[in-house]
Order: sequence, then structure tokens, then C-alpha cells
Amino acid sequence: MSKNNSTSNGSFLDKVKNLTDTSLLLTITIVIFVLMYLGAIIFQGGGFLKVQTFFNILNANAALIILSCGLSLVMIIGGIDISVGGVTALVSMSCAVYLDNMGGNVYVSMLIALAIGVAFGAFQGALVAFLDIQPFIVTLAGMFFARGMTTIVNSDPFNVANEGFNELKMTRIYTPFGSTNAKGVYVPAYVELGVVVALVIVILLFCLLRWTKLGRSFYAVGGNKESALMLGINVKKTKFIAHLMCGTLAGIGGFVYFLHVGSGSPSHATGAEMDAIASSIIGGTMLTGGVGNIIGTFFGVLSLSTIQNIVASAGLDEAWWTGITRAVMLCLFLIIQSVVMARKHKK
Amino acid sequence: MKDGSVLEMRNIHKSFPGVKALQGVDFTLRKGEIHALMGENGAGKSTLIKVLTGVYGKDEGEVSLEGKGAISIHSPQEAQKVGISTVFQEISLCPNLSVAENMFIGRTDGMYQNWKKVNSETEKILKSMDIPATATQQLGSCSVAVQQMIAIARAVDTNCKVLVLDEPTSSLDEQEVEKLFKVMRDLRAKGVGIVFVTHFLDQVYAVCDRITVMRDGQLVGEYEIKDLPRPMLVSKMLGKEMDDMSDIHGEFQTYKPEKGVAPVFEAKGLVSDAGIKPFDFHINKGEVNGFTGLLGSGRSECVRAIFGADRVTGGKIKVKGKEAKISKPIDAMKNGIAYLPEERKVDGIIGDLSVRENIILAQQVLRGFFKPFSKAKQYEIADEYIKLLSIKTASADTPIKSLSGGNQQKAIVARWLFTHPDYLILDEPTRGIDVGTKVDIQKLVLKLASEGMSVTFISSELDEMLRTCSRLVVMRDRKMVGELSGEDLNQNKVMSTIAGGDK
Amino acid sequence: MSKTNNETSFFKKLVGQQFFIPILVLLVLVVFNLIADPSFFKIAFGTNNAGNPVLSGSLITILDNGSELAILAIGMTLVTAASGGQDISVGAAVAIAGSTLLRVLCGSNSRPDELQAPIIVAFLVSVVVAMLFGAFNGVLVAYFKIQPMIATLILYTAGRSIAAWINNNELPIVPGETFTYFGGFIPGIPIPTPVFIAIACIIIIALVLKFTNLGLYTQAVGINESASKLNGLNPALIKVASFVILGVCVAVVGLIKVSRISTINYSVVAKDIEMDAILAVALGGNSLAGGKFNMAASIIGAYIIQFLTTTLYKYKVPADALPAYKAVVVIILVVISSPTVKDWFSNLTKKLKVKEVA
Repeated sequence: MSKNNSTSNGSFLDKVKNLTDTSLLLTITIVIFVLMYLGAIIFQGGGFLKVQTFFNILNANAALIILSCGLSLVMIIGGIDISVGGVTALVSMSCAVYLDNMGGNVYVSMLIALAIGVAFGAFQGALVAFLDIQPFIVTLAGMFFARGMTTIVNSDPFNVANEGFNELKMTRIYTPFGSTNAKGVYVPAYVELGVVVALVIVILLFCLLRWTKLGRSFYAVGGNKESALMLGINVKKTKFIAHLMCGTLAGIGGFVYFLHVGSGSPSHATGAEMDAIASSIIGGTMLTGGVGNIIGTFFGVLSLSTIQNIVASAGLDEAWWTGITRAVMLCLFLIIQSVVMARKHKK
Repeated sequence: MKDGSVLEMRNIHKSFPGVKALQGVDFTLRKGEIHALMGENGAGKSTLIKVLTGVYGKDEGEVSLEGKGAISIHSPQEAQKVGISTVFQEISLCPNLSVAENMFIGRTDGMYQNWKKVNSETEKILKSMDIPATATQQLGSCSVAVQQMIAIARAVDTNCKVLVLDEPTSSLDEQEVEKLFKVMRDLRAKGVGIVFVTHFLDQVYAVCDRITVMRDGQLVGEYEIKDLPRPMLVSKMLGKEMDDMSDIHGEFQTYKPEKGVAPVFEAKGLVSDAGIKPFDFHINKGEVNGFTGLLGSGRSECVRAIFGADRVTGGKIKVKGKEAKISKPIDAMKNGIAYLPEERKVDGIIGDLSVRENIILAQQVLRGFFKPFSKAKQYEIADEYIKLLSIKTASADTPIKSLSGGNQQKAIVARWLFTHPDYLILDEPTRGIDVGTKVDIQKLVLKLASEGMSVTFISSELDEMLRTCSRLVVMRDRKMVGELSGEDLNQNKVMSTIAGGDK
Repeated sequence: MSKTNNETSFFKKLVGQQFFIPILVLLVLVVFNLIADPSFFKIAFGTNNAGNPVLSGSLITILDNGSELAILAIGMTLVTAASGGQDISVGAAVAIAGSTLLRVLCGSNSRPDELQAPIIVAFLVSVVVAMLFGAFNGVLVAYFKIQPMIATLILYTAGRSIAAWINNNELPIVPGETFTYFGGFIPGIPIPTPVFIAIACIIIIALVLKFTNLGLYTQAVGINESASKLNGLNPALIKVASFVILGVCVAVVGLIKVSRISTINYSVVAKDIEMDAILAVALGGNSLAGGKFNMAASIIGAYIIQFLTTTLYKYKVPADALPAYKAVVVIILVVISSPTVKDWFSNLTKKLKVKEVA
């Protein structure tokens, strides 16, 4: 019996044969990421071998990981949310203004961030789920609103001077890994607080999607809405929850972003929604819904930023190269997905 | 209140914009019986079932279960909770989930589900019902028939008092139908009331105890099966005495071909990427032939290859004696071939477009991108064909999706007639439409042939084919295995050829 | 009884009309401006810096600045109808087209004293380039079956970088007066040239829709791809064609945008215009899921969005805060036009009528 149980140990061959769409795409993502990173180590040399290089990728992208997780959730139910970048900017600016201009407390500012995220998620979710409005339009409006509000809250960028905040910002968690620097001194590698938050979220969401009924309902709704309804799933509620969670994650991600950059600015997180969508897709989430995996999304973010690091360290650091590389990467993965799925379903 | 009734529906009313779908319908289901719900398309069977299962709300009337007073059901979930399970014609499972998840999701409360337990329970059920699938398999990788069986297994497993089967057999082969019947009989023995909707009369008489007949959204009557022989059932459904359909052949003159004329269409070693073996085929002017065989035997794939609907990978084609190349539908259309596809909703109608646009589409494509018909001309054409085929539509501008199935089919036939083809292929034109339109279409086929058109007619109902075709091509396992005409055109001979019994 | 029926059906017809919502919004905007400041509608006649006669006033501004949006809305409507998705790369593509135009006009020198190529040649080159990028999007959508929004995300991400790369990240300035005519005024004509360009585009698309089967084919493909295929159409080709047509629109917009300032700012030019173009399609009552479309409604939608933008500017809303207001309008619109709310309203009116009768 256990042989047929995907959660326990079937033989390796069995597993490859019976891969679901989700795990197939996930496998591709991880393999390509590992190859890419190995390639970077071989051709770009030392830098990528250092643990800190890898951790820096995490540090810089903790917020993106969280945003991408949210995107994956709504994409699995067959929706989309393009407001997350705007929400991030709004959260940063609101928290910055609260902390500096109003002399606020850093922990209260977390609540503000969360509240903004929940509000966006709940409102957008309600429109999408209960009024059946296309998520693209709703969240497009959400993005407009968040960006506009950011400017209204404060139109000029500024760095936060609040002490409690900066203390939190500078908190580093040292790990048992490390390397020796140029002077031969051993330096332990560190991660920022945001990375811990991101990892916890990744693990929680992975469990949610894999084992809970709510998680499986996400897949059901994304796979076939009508069928899900017939199976007795509350489709509207499921959709609402997905959007609510995405909004909430955007709030949390926004705060992590804020914690990383330490400033408020209307131009913060420009295009973050596109990066998050791209990461989810690279991670094997299909925009048609019903297929996707949080671990994949995690690797999607890493792949996207690793390739950027490779390009930068290859000396092509003009701004346009970043844009072009990202696009090529996305294009590649989209075509891989399209070809793989077409092959698989033809059989 | 009658004894032992498990479900009573009284005076149910339901209307949609412009349509009164149900008008005061009563329906009673007893404990431990299989009850057929019969009627033409548009009679209101599906609406009644959707009201019962909470997909639609009802405007008026009441539903009671086991005589415990009126209940109101607002969603399929609620229906399930009170003990009404449904299996719909179109499979309503999620292809991206595993078999076990499909069996159990949405059935219990609470956050956490013990998937290990669910998987092992699913295995047990699959084994007991003899379904060839494993619990952790992705549903999408199962065949359609297996998926349908799983849907039934799910419905049966939910401790139901009322099981509704809405045309569950349309995608099953004979053995699978038999398996389903066994399950149904077992359930009847356990006291479950089963509502069975089907278009197949044989199946009704094979398993059902009683029949409720509906017509035009109204109740015609409720009968014991022994009191209602077939001809009476059909006439009740139609609402008129059945005209003798078996003799429509005689009404039309057979077309007399001139001698020495090359066949309208001829294929040698034709093969496509849809998995059929290469086949030879020809059809003469004014001839009606048919492809027959079991579901999945490759009959549709053959005509799709002729029309270039699938990718043709080999073979030679001659049209009226001249070599031709058909690699995509437009090539076939240019060679005077028309094809009415099997799946009306998926491949036939352009739902949101008007009846008018649907009728002119094919001919318009043939005329070319830069030569659109004028609006006035379009209306003229549409009105002509609406009258010719007596298509029931509010106007030529009505979106085709709001027509009934039979009338949609007629509009698609009109579309192809308007291209004035030499060779018309009709793949299951009578599936899922009402009996009246079925006869209309068969008559039309014979009329067209008598005027010199070549027609290929495919139907899963053998008697329809025997009535209309003068030659039958028999398919088995994606291969052409025989050709029957003249004396050989009888039920027994066709059956034995399909089964391969002559060896 | 029959009278009530007639009334409801008339009311339903009115509300059901595709033009109902856009016209309603327009009315609201007009009335608001009339009450708040009637001078909004004043058109003044004066001369500009170059001494040419020009018309000015908010209405002229709307027509002028709305041109780009209206032209893009044409292409976007076709793409939406055929592919059931939207092209979010048009802003980036405008940057590419504009950059190409500059590259050809100015050659390798970013500060030339005279044009290095005739404007028409430069324009045609940029049209070809924009069509190629459109075809790229179209191929991804039609042959690789990638959802349009995601397929065009690629060009959205890379487009402005490519535009910068075309001119080595320099900002060439086009010499001479003639080039400014396309985005400004032709001497002697008091109406801004973009208005004429937009009208020309609208006339062209109207003629194309009337004298070809573009509309029928696009809608058929958008509604039911496999049925279209069996009617002899080539759905993939038609989808690519819609993206290519959008490419042409993009090139025209690129010309206007670059001409307005005689140079380009890669990161700002036509920023967020994709969102406005998509909104125009939606505001016109067209389904963003594709299928049936109404071109006139989309174009009206475009001008309404510009009307709103201009109104907001007039009340000193800073450019960066503009989106917030637009968002509110969009939300109100989509909520009003959502089927659920419509049903709810019609039920409400029904109930009210029943009460009246009783």
C-alpha cells in the first residue's frame, strides 16, 4: 500500500513515472538552478563558492520570496495579483512616515504593515471571489491605488532614522557556515531577519498546500472551478482566502523589504509584481492554475537573482543587461513549460 | 404521501430569462428503486436535477426528503450533506488532483485530513468496484471512462439516500455500462433511490423500475416500466404519435450515378497523427455511407483525416479523379468537402456569435478575407436557412449558444450546406439532440443524397445508420476491418463484423 | 402587465447596451466639470511660441493627449478579442519603436546637425521593428500557448532595456522643425497633429473592419479556437496578426511620443500606458476574456480615461498620485458592471415593482 503513497518512499523509478505536473515542473526548476549555480562556480570562480554570496542572494531577496509565495497561491487557484509591488511600496512609506514623522514604535509599525496587506487582500479577494470580477482588473486597480496612495502619504523618498527600527534592521543571524576573508580571518556567514521570516513562510505554505484540505482545495479550484464546486468545495471562499493570504503576504513582504532597505520611497519595489510572477513561473507554477509548488517558487526567486548576479559579475553591469537577462530567463522557462506540458499531455 | 418515498419534489417552477424551464413539475422517488427521468433535450430534466442538487435555486415549489418536511438546498455541498449525490454527464472532478483527493475532498469538515488513511480507503473502494486506477495517480492520467467510474464511486461512497446519475453512460463502453449497472443494482438492494437520466432506451429497460417523462418543462406522467412499452415511451416524449421512422428511406429517390464517373472522393493509405492505421476509402456521387464501430474504434479519426482536421501524415487523395492535397481544413473546404464535427459545443458552434454569423462563417472563410458579405446579404442567407431547416431562434442575431442543442446542430448543418459541398461529412449529428430533430436530420441526409450530394453519416445508434446508409465501413481498434452493403446491411451482420466474430 | 414588461425590457436594453457605462461615466465627468468649473469647456484661440495659430483648452488637451491611448486601444482590442489576454508590453514596445526612430533619424551621432534619413524611412523602419516585436509576442502566445499577459511580460521586462541599448543609452536629439509637427502643430493648422493621426487610424480601422473579415475572424478565434480551425481558419496566424497590428499601433504612438519632445526618456516614455490601454478596452464594456468586441466602445473608453486624467490634473492632483484616483474609478466601474451586482439590481427593481403593483 505504501508504495502507492506519494508521501512515503516509493522506488525512485516509480516516482519519476508517476510524477504529477506539479512535481515534474518542480524537478526541472531545481535541476536547472543547481546546474546554473554550479556553472557560475566553475566559470565565474571563487565568489559563488562563498557561503556569504549565496546568503546575500537570500538577504537581498527575502521580500521577493515572500511576495512570490503569495503570487503562487493566487496563481494556483487560477488568479493573479499584480498589486503586491504597490502594496510593498505603500507599506514601506507608511511605516517610514509612522516611525520617523510620528515617532512610532517599530513593533506597531509591523502591525500597520500587516493591516495594509490584510486590507488589500480582503478587499481584492472580496471583489474577485464574491462579485466575480476578473482578478487582473481588480489587482491592477489595487496596484494603481497603492502606488498613488504611496505618493499621497509622502511624495519624497527618505531614510528612516528610528533607533528601534535600525537596531532590528542591523540584526544579523550568524550561521555555522563561513569562510576566510582576504586577510585570512574566518568570518561566519550571516542572514538577515527577513530571511528567517521568508523561510518560515515557505515551510508553512508548503505544508499548507501539501497536506491541508484548504491547500488541496486551492489546487482543485485552479484545476477546474466547476468541478471543484461539484465536489463540494466552497469555491468563492477558497478564492477569497487565496487573495487574502496573498495580500497578507504582500504586507509581510513589504515590511521585510522595508527592513532590508530602511527607507520609504514611491519608487520602491517597482516591477516587484512582475519579478514575483516571473519567479513563480520559473518555479513551475502555471498561470492557468492548478499546478505549482512553493519550494519551486523559492528556487524560482533564487534562479532569477543568481542569473542576475552572474551577469553582473561577468562585467555586464549596465542596467539594461539585467532587464534583458531576466526576460531571456523568463522566456526560456515559459517555453520549457509549454513544451514539456504539451509533450506530457500528448501521451 | 406515498409509502417508502425517499424524495418528493412538488410543483417546482424555475425560469431563466426568456424561458420557463420548469412549470409545476412533481417528482417522487421511492426507496430502493431505479427511476428513469426521460424527455427530449430541452424538456427540463437537467434543470430539474440542478434544482434538486442546489446548482440552481428554484422559483417556487418544495423539496422534501424522507417525508421530513420541506428542505431548501443551496449548493451541491448542502445536497451532499442531506444525502443527495450526483454524477454529471461532463466529468466534474479535478484532473490535477490525485484519485484519492478527488474521492474525498469537500466531504468533511475540519482543516486537517489524514491522507494516508484516505489513500488506503480509496484503494479499497477502487478494488471493490473493480476500477483500474491507483489512489495516488493523477486523475488526468486516467481514461475518461475510468474518471467517470471514479465520479460514481465518489457519489456512491458518500452514504447517500438519493443518487442522481445524469447521463453517466455516454462515455462508457458496453462492459463499463454493465459494471455500472451492477453497482446500481447493488445500491438499489441497499435501499438507495437512484434517479437515472439517459438517452439510451435499452439502458432504461435494462435497469429501471419506473419512468417519469417530461416535456417542455412540464410533467407528462409517471409510469411503472411494465406499463410503458418503448413505442409509447417515445411518443410520450415526443408528444405525438410516432411516425414510422423505419421507413423514411422510401420517401426519397436513390440518386442514379452516371457510369464511368470517378468517385467524388478517394483516399489510398490515408493516415493521420491521431493514431489510426492507414485506410483506403472512396465515396461516389449521391451515395450515403457510414463509419461504424465501437467508441474509440477510430471512426471519427478517419473522417477527421479526410477533412484534414488532424495532422495528415501520409496517403494519397483524389477528388473527382484529380489528385489533391489536403493538409488542413481549408484545403478540404476548397475541394468541396464539409465536416460537421462530433463535439458540437467544442468544435462546432462559436457560442457568443449570432446564428447569422455562425451560418455564414465557413462560406465566408472560403470567399476570402477581403470579400465579406454585406450585412443585408448575411441576413438574407441566414433567414433563408433558418426557414429551410426550420431552426427555432428568436432572430438571426440571437447568440447561437442560447439555442437548444438540436437547433444549434441545425445551424451548423446550415453553415455547411451554404458552402454547397459535393461531399458532406456528418459526425454524430444526432447525438444529444431531441428525437424530432434526429428524424429531421436523417431525412435531410437522404434528401441531399437524392439531389446528388455524397454524404458520410456517423452515429452511435446503429439503427439510424442502417436506415440512412447504403454502405457501412466497419472499424475496430483504429483499423478498417470491413465494408458492408446491400444484403449485409442488417443488425446481426454489422454486430458480428464489429466484434470480429467471423473468424 | 404588458406595459411593465415593455418598461423593464427598455430599461434592460438601455443598461445592457455596451455603450451605457462608458457614456454614463462621460456624462458624470462632464456634469462634474460643468458644475465645478465651466471654464473647463472653454476653447481659446491664440498663438504659440513659434507664432502659429493654435487652439487651446482642456478639451483640446484631451483630444491631443488621448490620441496615443486611442490608437493603442485599437490594437489592444484586437489582441484581447483574439487571444483572450492583454499585451502588457506596449509601453516598453513604444520605447523600442521610439528609440529605433531616433537611431535612424540621428545615425550614430546623438547630436546631429541635420536628419540622417528621411522621416518616412525612419518611421517605416520603426514600424517594421515594432511589428517584429509584436510577432514575437504573438508567436509565444499562438504557437507556444503561453498566456498573453505572461508572454508579453518578457518584453515588458526587457523592452526599455532594449530601447536604451539601441541608442547605447544616449539620448539623441532630433534636429529641425519638421519632426516636431507629428507631436505638435503643423504651421497654419490650429489643431494638434496627433488628433489627425488618431482620426486617421480610427478611419483606417473602421474601413478595415468594414471591408475585410478581420472582425469576424478575430471574434471567432477568440470565442472558439478549435471550431474556427474546423471552419478553415488558422487561429495561430490570426492571433499573431492581432499582435502585429498592435505593433503597428505601437510604432505610430512611438512617432507621436518622440516627436512631442524631439527625444526620448527610456524609462518614462509611455509609462503605464499599457494599463490605460487595457482599461480603455474594459471600460468600453469589452470582455477581457476575449471573444466579441466593439471597437468604437474601446476608443470611446480611451478618450474617457484621458478625460478623467485631464480633469484630475486640472484639480492639481500630482501626476504620481493620479493612479489612486483612477483606481477608485476603475473599481466603481467594474463593481457596477459585474454580473452579480447587475443581478442584484434587477432583483431589487423587480421587488420594488411588485410592491408598487401590490
